[in-house]
Amino acid sequence: MMGKPEDIIKDLKGIFSIDILDDSIKSETRASIQIAEKALPEISKYFHEDLHFRFIIASALESKRGFEIYYHFSDDQTGCVINLHVILPTENPEIESLTALFEAANWMEREMHELLGINFLNHPNLEKLISEGNWAEGVYPYRKNYE
Amino acid sequence: MSKPTIIPIGPYHPLQEEPELFKLYCDGEIVRDIKWETGYNHRGIEKLSESKTFDQVFFLVERVCGICSTSHPFAFANCMEEIAGVEVPDRAKYIRTIIGEMERIHSHLLWVGLAGHFLGYNTVFMWSWKYREPVLDLFEMITGNRNSYAMFKIGGVRRDIPDNMIPVMQKELDALKLKLNLLTGAVMDDPVIHARTKGVGILTREDIIDFAAVGPTARASGVAIDVRKDDPYAAYPLVNWKVITSEAGDVFAKTEVRLLEMYESVSIIEQCLEKLKKEKEGGIDVRVKNVPEGIGTGRAEAPRGEVFHFVITDGGYTPVRHKIRAPSYVNIATFKKSCVGQSISDATISLAAVDPCYCCTERMAMAYDYHTRIAMMGTADLLRMSREKTDNIRSSL
Repeated sequence: MMGKPEDIIKDLKGIFSIDILDDSIKSETRASIQIAEKALPEISKYFHEDLHFRFIIASALESKRGFEIYYHFSDDQTGCVINLHVILPTENPEIESLTALFEAANWMEREMHELLGINFLNHPNLEKLISEGNWAEGVYPYRKNYE
Repeated sequence: MSKPTIIPIGPYHPLQEEPELFKLYCDGEIVRDIKWETGYNHRGIEKLSESKTFDQVFFLVERVCGICSTSHPFAFANCMEEIAGVEVPDRAKYIRTIIGEMERIHSHLLWVGLAGHFLGYNTVFMWSWKYREPVLDLFEMITGNRNSYAMFKIGGVRRDIPDNMIPVMQKELDALKLKLNLLTGAVMDDPVIHARTKGVGILTREDIIDFAAVGPTARASGVAIDVRKDDPYAAYPLVNWKVITSEAGDVFAKTEVRLLEMYESVSIIEQCLEKLKKEKEGGIDVRVKNVPEGIGTGRAEAPRGEVFHFVITDGGYTPVRHKIRAPSYVNIATFKKSCVGQSISDATISLAAVDPCYCCTERMAMAYDYHTRIAMMGTADLLRMSREKTDNIRSSL
């Protein structure tokens, strides 16, 4: 039976070998997998359609490594939460949108675009979600601007 | 479509916890499209959290939501305990579960009352809010507060439930069960409520999966997801209870799920109180000296669905990143499916069906769209239309 993080990671490595950069298993139900940014739509599709994971939300932050996004997926049969971790460059961060796969990504990608200035390619409507009309253009409040 | 009439719900607050503006684009009586604007009251809590110590963050996240004010500390505690690798004492688990379930009861009673209010059933509204009061009194007795209880901390809870409070709570729960019978009977057997809510605002199983909706919204469409069962935390695996689901996906199914869930909550609290009786008072927390570097995900089932917290720590005293996702964030987006194609008089109850928090006062006015000069309508008009429809059904029966 699928569901244990180590089985999921093993299968994932079989299918998307070179795109899986790193993985860490925290417990029976928690794991993080660092993947190549270009493989995100394919791997998300695999989680959503083949494994029937539910997309919870995505968390983005700026760190010294660049812009990091954690896409959180939940298996509601086993309680397993898998974080798909991508690192984008500080200069011109952009990544494929997941809205075509599931509508749930729509608002979150707009929010990440607005707060951190990450560009989501092929998003149907990348307007501001929360600060429409009352925040300057090109200023991203959640950026840390490391020197 | 000829000239659409734009009906705004908002902006400073109609049905949500945070002020939001929904624009219903209507053709005659039928809603053809819906657009939303949010962020009128963006408080930057995620950013603010990065400047607080872990103990202070509990008080901060408690204020994310005014109604389900314990679900965020609950999820944050689960998250921090995962990072720190802390096991909470059993007594603290039972107390946490009791607080979480009492909150579900008062939140669902509040929703049932408001749903009745929107349909023009003010008796249901007054009953259920009256029955909600004793639950808040119990909260005041246990925690000292009717809301924002400040009970949670990393490693346990801040206050014990002493033995002398347990009989008081049991008596109140027994009384509550009778009141719930009365309320459930009144709502479930009323032909007018059936006529107004059945087949209205339907969300299919596919919609739920597409929008990743959670909580009673998902369970009313036959998607049996509940964090308490799927990813057990606190004392939920130690007591017997079942996940309530319904298949229809309409407003009636959502009402049914919430009403029946309150019985489960009462049962969970009773079992926890029995277990508390057997344990000695005290021992409600463990000492946590420091939180190591790491990432953690914490979840809790709030009355409206799954609350999700994600924290990155660096071994210091504050979070490096703290992501919060409230259930309404994913549930509100389903309006695009549940409202389009419905008549305007059903829009208010469809919008209310996912239980977006309504803790602010309603403020709306008749206005004209600045650019198009198309007349806009206010919440008062929407409520009037909704109630007129109920009256018409009532008089035709």
